[in-house]
Amino acid sequence: MPKIKLAESAVQTIKEVCQKFGNKEGELINVLHGVQEKLGYLPAEVQEVIAHELTMSVAKVYGVVTFYSFFTMIPKGLYPVSICMGTACYVRGAEQVLHEFKRQLKVEVGQTTPDGKFSLSCLRCVGACGLAPVVMVGDKVYGRVAPLQVKQIIAEYHEGGVTQAAKSA
Amino acid sequence: MEMINLNIDNKPVVVLKGTTILEAAKSIGIHIPTLCYMKLDDLNIENKPGGCRICVVEVKGRRNLAPACCTEATDGMEVSTHTIRAVNARRTVLELILSDHPSDCLVCAKSGNCDLQNMAHRLGIREIHYKGEQSTYREDTSPAIIRELNKCILCRRCEMMCNDVQTVGVLSAINRGFNSVVSPAFEMNLDHSVCTYCGQCVAVCPTGALTEVDQTGAVVRALYDPTKTVIVQTAPAVRAALGEEFDMDAGTLVTGKMVAALRRLGFDYIFDTDFSADLTIMEEGTELLNRLKRHIEGDPTVKLPILTSCCPAWVKFFEHYFPDMKEIPSTARSPQQMFGSVAKTYFAEKLGIKREDMVVVSIMPCLAKKYECGRDEFSVNGNPDVDYALTTRELAALIKVSNIKFNSLPSEEFDKPMGESTGAGVIFGTTGGVIEAAVRTAYELYTGKELPKVEFEELRGMEGLRKATIDFNGLPINIGIAHGLGNARKLLEEIRSGNSWFHAIEIMSCPGGCIGGGGQPYHHGNAQILQKRQVAIYREDSNKTLRKSHQNPDIIKLYEEFLGKPMSHKAHQLLHTVYFDRTK
Repeated sequence: MPKIKLAESAVQTIKEVCQKFGNKEGELINVLHGVQEKLGYLPAEVQEVIAHELTMSVAKVYGVVTFYSFFTMIPKGLYPVSICMGTACYVRGAEQVLHEFKRQLKVEVGQTTPDGKFSLSCLRCVGACGLAPVVMVGDKVYGRVAPLQVKQIIAEYHEGGVTQAAKSA
Repeated sequence: MEMINLNIDNKPVVVLKGTTILEAAKSIGIHIPTLCYMKLDDLNIENKPGGCRICVVEVKGRRNLAPACCTEATDGMEVSTHTIRAVNARRTVLELILSDHPSDCLVCAKSGNCDLQNMAHRLGIREIHYKGEQSTYREDTSPAIIRELNKCILCRRCEMMCNDVQTVGVLSAINRGFNSVVSPAFEMNLDHSVCTYCGQCVAVCPTGALTEVDQTGAVVRALYDPTKTVIVQTAPAVRAALGEEFDMDAGTLVTGKMVAALRRLGFDYIFDTDFSADLTIMEEGTELLNRLKRHIEGDPTVKLPILTSCCPAWVKFFEHYFPDMKEIPSTARSPQQMFGSVAKTYFAEKLGIKREDMVVVSIMPCLAKKYECGRDEFSVNGNPDVDYALTTRELAALIKVSNIKFNSLPSEEFDKPMGESTGAGVIFGTTGGVIEAAVRTAYELYTGKELPKVEFEELRGMEGLRKATIDFNGLPINIGIAHGLGNARKLLEEIRSGNSWFHAIEIMSCPGGCIGGGGQPYHHGNAQILQKRQVAIYREDSNKTLRKSHQNPDIIKLYEEFLGKPMSHKAHQLLHTVYFDRTK
């Protein structure tokens, strides 16, 4: 894991979130949510500051971060791509769609492209089973996605033809 | 207190409200099998995550089976501990655990001492019906502890020890589901973490997931190297526990047999760490008196309380967590290191050999001693003062493999000069012992009077935190004792906040002190074993003619011939040390 030095402002942000929750160990999950919302992700250095502020061991913080899939130690891409792996999507070929995204973006699930543009993740059911298989890029939903369309979806974002919804995500 | 009545296996039992089914059953002699559960009575140490489900029992009127270790007994409850349903569930659970466990028992370091292996035997498992994925984790080796997590059954005992008892906080369960594993933060190696190598995780691990670094091979090679003079020292707590490895009762003293065994193994000189424990008292006791004198004279720069520094896990603990206070502990090296340093100077000179041709092996109840002897400041030109630190368990293994019939060995004596010791050196092996030894000497040096009674009952016991005031002829000396790093932390926080009442504090990392060390024969959750070892240590002390460190004739001679006096320049060079801030 590359070691980064946290900016003073980031440390300040973390401390403020911790303080908001009374620097209590029992508020760890809320603190992690708050910090991830502000900083985008929870790298080791961030977890160390949180552990220090809440007077708990960094191993315990890491334990919680790795338990919940919502928390991430890798910065999400500018355009987070999520492929639904719920039952309906799965039986209608979500796996092939996922495979095509991996191939095109050259990343595995949970990773971000080196240029920071795309990150790839899986999720379970977005409540649009009628459109299966479903892919989300940011907040924008793509339905009935076939592997052949994947290249085109990616291209939309490469060319800058981005909808406002996807950008804000 | 409210009492409740219940029936277990058709036997009536009355227990206090709040008692678990497991404890209630135990009180009438019914032992429900357990695996993740562990309780050390009187030490306030308990692990009951209810995780493994081996202890399930049938409770009348309850739909599912109840885990006995964490289900409270209730009034009128009817419990059956070995119905076919309960027994089958237990066996299924165990088979599932075994389905994700390597079947390399024959060559596992824990073989014969493994709770999982014993349980498979007890439940008569002959086949594992479930074939599934096997965990694959990389092995992690540190100076003292090896983590082989493919063998981990997630009982969480190590995590409980590391966090709740020791407050070191290195280990935590991480990840989820099948990928769960107990690990340091960010899956870093143990030697990059703040691990103190106290070894309490190893002491309680039910399987071979956590074991010590085995150095018996290196020691055997040294013994068979004709160019080396191999010297061994044995820590006080070893003699009170080694017998357990040879089926003797806990608390059997095997000092003489241990010496005989070491001689048969081929060590050239069999010496005693108790000798250097006496030496530690001379240095640490003098340091205590110096600080007290300056305190009485009103010197505001004097650092009190003085803290003992014999325990390497404790030293590493304060270097990580309390580096701002690193001037407070005594600068005296531990007995192991004092021994090595004196052996490779004073004794090497006597023999007329170079330090490079001498190998110093220590037999320790401890895992942190393996780390300690590798610290840079304890070597000269790359040659360590102590070359290898073996645990009590490793010594037992060496004796067994060498075909020595330990139980029928005669009792033999340590060699001279570094084998001579007093009762004060012996009691270093138990919580309270170092400070009692220090008091015996400091009292006489300070008052110039003979102690009316050498036993200080007020300093003894198994309470995690103890305090007592000893009257030094009108000068009350306040003494604190902590064993277990969580207890030590409490005293340190008091000192940090400036509210400490103490003049001197003894700290040992392991519950019970060295008798409960991470390198001792496994106690398998039986705290009585620790109690018996403690009794044995005090018995060894009372059997000695000399009970005070400053009476040790060979220590007196060592100062006359070599060191001068305690805290002399030479003593500083060889017997004292400095501490480091490890937060950087």
